[in-house]
Amino acid sequence: MGAIYIMWLRQLKRYFRSKSRLIGAFGQPLLFLLALGFGFGPVFKQAGQGDYISFLVPGIVAMTVLFTSLSSGIEIIWDRQFGFLKETLVAPVPRLKIMIGRTLGGATLAIFQAIIVLLLSLFVGFKVPDVHSFLIALMFMIFIALIFTALGTAIASRMQDFHGFQLIMNFLVMPLFFLSGAIFPLQGLPKILDIIVRLNPLSYGVDGVRGALSGVFHYGLALDLLVLASVAAVLLAIGSYLFSKVQI
Amino acid sequence: MISIKVSKLTKRFKRFTAVNNISFSVNEGEIFAFLGPNGAGKTTTIKMLTTLLDPSSGTLSLNGADPVKEKNTVRKSFGIVFQDPSSDDELTAYENLEFHGILYKVPKKLLKHRIEELLKFVELWDRRDSMVKTFSGGMKRRLEIARGFLHHPKILFLDEPTIGLDPQTRSHIWEYVKKLNKEEKITVFFTTHYMEEAERVADKIAIIDHGKIIDIGTAKKLKKDTKTRNLEDAFIKLTGHAIRDEESTPAENMRMRIRARNR
Ligand SMILES: Nc1ncnc2c1ncn2[C@@H]1O[C@H](COP(=O)(O)OP(=O)(O)OP(=O)(O)O)[C@@H](O)[C@H]1O
Ligand SMILES: [Mg+2]
Repeated sequence: MGAIYIMWLRQLKRYFRSKSRLIGAFGQPLLFLLALGFGFGPVFKQAGQGDYISFLVPGIVAMTVLFTSLSSGIEIIWDRQFGFLKETLVAPVPRLKIMIGRTLGGATLAIFQAIIVLLLSLFVGFKVPDVHSFLIALMFMIFIALIFTALGTAIASRMQDFHGFQLIMNFLVMPLFFLSGAIFPLQGLPKILDIIVRLNPLSYGVDGVRGALSGVFHYGLALDLLVLASVAAVLLAIGSYLFSKVQI
Repeated sequence: MISIKVSKLTKRFKRFTAVNNISFSVNEGEIFAFLGPNGAGKTTTIKMLTTLLDPSSGTLSLNGADPVKEKNTVRKSFGIVFQDPSSDDELTAYENLEFHGILYKVPKKLLKHRIEELLKFVELWDRRDSMVKTFSGGMKRRLEIARGFLHHPKILFLDEPTIGLDPQTRSHIWEYVKKLNKEEKITVFFTTHYMEEAERVADKIAIIDHGKIIDIGTAKKLKKDTKTRNLEDAFIKLTGHAIRDEESTPAENMRMRIRARNR
């Protein structure tokens, strides 16, 4: 227990002490929300799709979780570079516990940020129907957070330095986000795009959060949950395995 | 009782052999110095003993457990001060020690007491609430040494602990190490480039160069073997020209040919 807690606490302390991290964390989602939301709003309405902001907010919330959790997972590379990783790797604590502590820390921060983004979106007209739907959305956010923290951990466990980092940000995070239905509706997509979106686990997270908050699921609550839970289980297993094999 | 046992240990990185078939053992309660020029393979050996790196071949035993197969058991038996920085820059000095104490399950009361004692010992008590990133190199080093002394393990690894420290601090730290060794029978395995430290502190010394142990024994024995009057001269004689010339034996030539062929 002690080890998991202290790993978790460390993530939180580092996060709240870094002002630039805080600003960056909210800047990006807000930019996407405002620029896309107000930019595409009129077209969306003309096409008879209703209010774009209401549609977009769950997507931006999911994006916030994705960005923060993946980069927390990847923080292992920083720890390796600055040397601190060694301290945790030789400790008389099973690596699984270290990994769990890190994952929970990353997930906590991701959820925290997503909730703030959700709160801020209330100012641009978004409405959360009731506590019940918020809690369901929260559950989906937790799944997204666990999946991508674990994915980040798995990737970072195999990387020796920063060089691959930018590559991952460009070729993993952005496609995951853009090809998830976060910013466009999933009805009537071209066949290929539809298939790609279906293969992206984030799509089910976005659908879950959006379904919970708007009442309309595209894939359905059950399928969303099933896919997310399975992917989370697999990635957590892979992440813990790779982390347990880290050598320095 | 034997505390550390290494036999036929080898570590290859791709084609480069960093540690080449070394064997030695350290008895419980002994202070053992592992000396060698830069790149000799000291840190690599320590990494293998401390479960950070798996050997290419050979066997290891630490306090009776195998660092390859019984990593968790082994991790319970040692403490280490790394050669490279390993504290969290964005935590305070106090938090770094607290973090360590919790990972190592030091009882709460004892932990508080030891943190205070050690921070005072390394003269960082006044700076305990400063972020480590604001520390000078020597201050960071002192903090990491304090951290290494925080839980009292059976075996303590110190990889160039005194690097970058002033002479007063260095001698303080060795006094402390000797005290721990005597009072708690802690086995100490250290590396250093300061020969007088090794001569003064170590019960047994091994000299390693190019991944191979060239000589091992008390400082007295090493001096006798090389017919020198101090350890520094013995070291230079062993790792300088003499031994390497001697090593250009047929075996060495063959190894070089094999290496060339593998390229
Ligand atoms: N991860 C690695 N990949 C490739 N080569 C490595 C790796 N780690 C160490 N080496 C090589 O192994 C050799 C031994 O390195 P090691 O760090 O053990 O030396 P050392 O005896 O600790 O030296 P120093 O006194 O400079 O600390 C060096 O030539 C180094 O370049
Ligand atoms: Mg070294």
